[in-house]
Amino acid sequence: MADLVSHPDEVRIVSQRFGKGAADIDRHLELDGYKAVRKALEMKPEDIINEVKASNLRGRGGAGFPTGMKWSFVPKESAKPKYILVNGDESEPGTCKDRLILEHDPHSVIEGVIIAGLAVGAKVGYIYIRGEYRYLVDIMRKALADAYAKGFLGKNILGSGKDFDAYWHTGAGAYEVGEESALMESLEGKRGIPRIRPPFPAVVGLWGGPTVINNVESIAAVPHIILMGGQKFADYGPPKNGGTRLFCLSGHIVKPGVYELPLGYPLKKMIYDVGGGIPNGRKLKAVVPGGSSTFILTAEESEQMNMDFDSFSKRGEFLGSGGVVIVDDQTCMVKFALRIMKFYQHESCGWCIPCREGTDWLKKTLTRFHNGGGLKKDIDNIKYLAQNMLGRTFCPLGDAAAIPTMSIVDKWRSEFEAHLEGRPCPFEPEGSVKELPVLA
Amino acid sequence: MPVISEKLDQFFDAKMKEYPTKRSFLVPMLLYTQDEIGYLTDEAIAHIAAKTDLTELEVRNVISYYSMLHKRPMGKYHVQVCTNISCMLRGGEELLERCKERLGIGNKEVTADGTFSLEEVECIGACSWAPAVQVNYDFHENLTPDAMGVLLDSYSKRTGR
Repeated sequence: MADLVSHPDEVRIVSQRFGKGAADIDRHLELDGYKAVRKALEMKPEDIINEVKASNLRGRGGAGFPTGMKWSFVPKESAKPKYILVNGDESEPGTCKDRLILEHDPHSVIEGVIIAGLAVGAKVGYIYIRGEYRYLVDIMRKALADAYAKGFLGKNILGSGKDFDAYWHTGAGAYEVGEESALMESLEGKRGIPRIRPPFPAVVGLWGGPTVINNVESIAAVPHIILMGGQKFADYGPPKNGGTRLFCLSGHIVKPGVYELPLGYPLKKMIYDVGGGIPNGRKLKAVVPGGSSTFILTAEESEQMNMDFDSFSKRGEFLGSGGVVIVDDQTCMVKFALRIMKFYQHESCGWCIPCREGTDWLKKTLTRFHNGGGLKKDIDNIKYLAQNMLGRTFCPLGDAAAIPTMSIVDKWRSEFEAHLEGRPCPFEPEGSVKELPVLA
Repeated sequence: MPVISEKLDQFFDAKMKEYPTKRSFLVPMLLYTQDEIGYLTDEAIAHIAAKTDLTELEVRNVISYYSMLHKRPMGKYHVQVCTNISCMLRGGEELLERCKERLGIGNKEVTADGTFSLEEVECIGACSWAPAVQVNYDFHENLTPDAMGVLLDSYSKRTGR
């Protein structure tokens, strides 16, 4: 089981029950469990939505779309059933927070699903957990069964006259299924191929019905927002960036772990104070701010950044998923770019040609380049290929592959140049790159 | 002889009722079937296709999309080593090398006795506890190459080999 960490700057809202045995429903109830559901049952649907809007909660999967606004897009009247779908297909490299929520507080997710259902008029919710997280599927299965046994789910929940069913579902290994439209395809028993939008899922989603899709962390924040009030949650973060989020520190850092910090927390402080700095007396070279799909920051840039959505979006960049990966000065950025591209090439579903061909071509070029077979023209060609995937695919996987690649070429061009003309990678021990370069 | 146990079949029947279409539970059904019988055999595919009113081809199309689904036997212990960025920075590639040496097999191969198989996998959500591996569904985190060797030994002993 994953170890828990703590730091005095943490503000524990979503993680307040971590390490307290709250996967057990009786323990959860002792810790104010299901009080938010009772409260929401007394509220009008529009008041629930307004409370979530007031909280400034933005999607914790990475896109940062305002959750309350997403809920408000669901039509009041619908001929087809409406659904709530929780995205627990956590697989963005660097991100390991939903795992802790599902392990330590599965009932907060169930509570969030019920409240979302009450808000938009849905009577069924699905909790999709990635296939690799089987132990969490088992925890969730038990949590759901316990919630049914206590009358929190099923017919006439808590004697309210309202019905709500929540079910678990699992994947079988696919990064792309974490994208909302591919997630719906997978839940419908198909290959996880993205759907074109519009129509958006809030209008046409699962089996054609209006569907709210929220990340595990977003939905787990909802019961806390209902209990404390939206404004109070909002006040923890800067304007339009409500509350706290779980930041996953990993890579070259002294104290890796998942820390719940207010949005807008300074990245420099996160690295050196919360994370204890860079180990082995080395220096910081790069920071992946929120999963491998985000623009990569240089050490200098990272010192000026605050970790909220708008601080990044005003630079044309993204805060992302909360997966903060720290990279030290002994790391080869060409190899780093290659490893990222290898991932996207593996995960591309092949539906959109720019992504299918682009990721494969880039992986080949970067492999050859890192092995010492790079040509000067390759450097611009890598950036050109990446740029040509941007905005040309049904889902953001193509963008996700392009963004880190472009930023590495722009910011660490000198490292590419150091690999030119058959020179071995300057960061590898001599003789360790064995494959001979093959020129295209 | 039935392809899967009656218990598993009944579990599938119950779960299928939670969705408006018959095929919706297909992906978990394939994974749980594999867990019980080892891999997705032709007989299992035919059984599931019949159960979900799909053609076998439609089921095979779905199988080929998901990286955890296998159409050939894997080892009793399927060792999955993550080498994605967070694990790479903390020695994931060295773990993979140690596994290759210790088991004498390459990526996606199975040992001759069928005890182990090895796979280099993408991010498994253990980034803050890197480097990490999964053996079947069990996570093992904060590993070193030596600890990896000890871990493999402990699995070997479970089978008495």
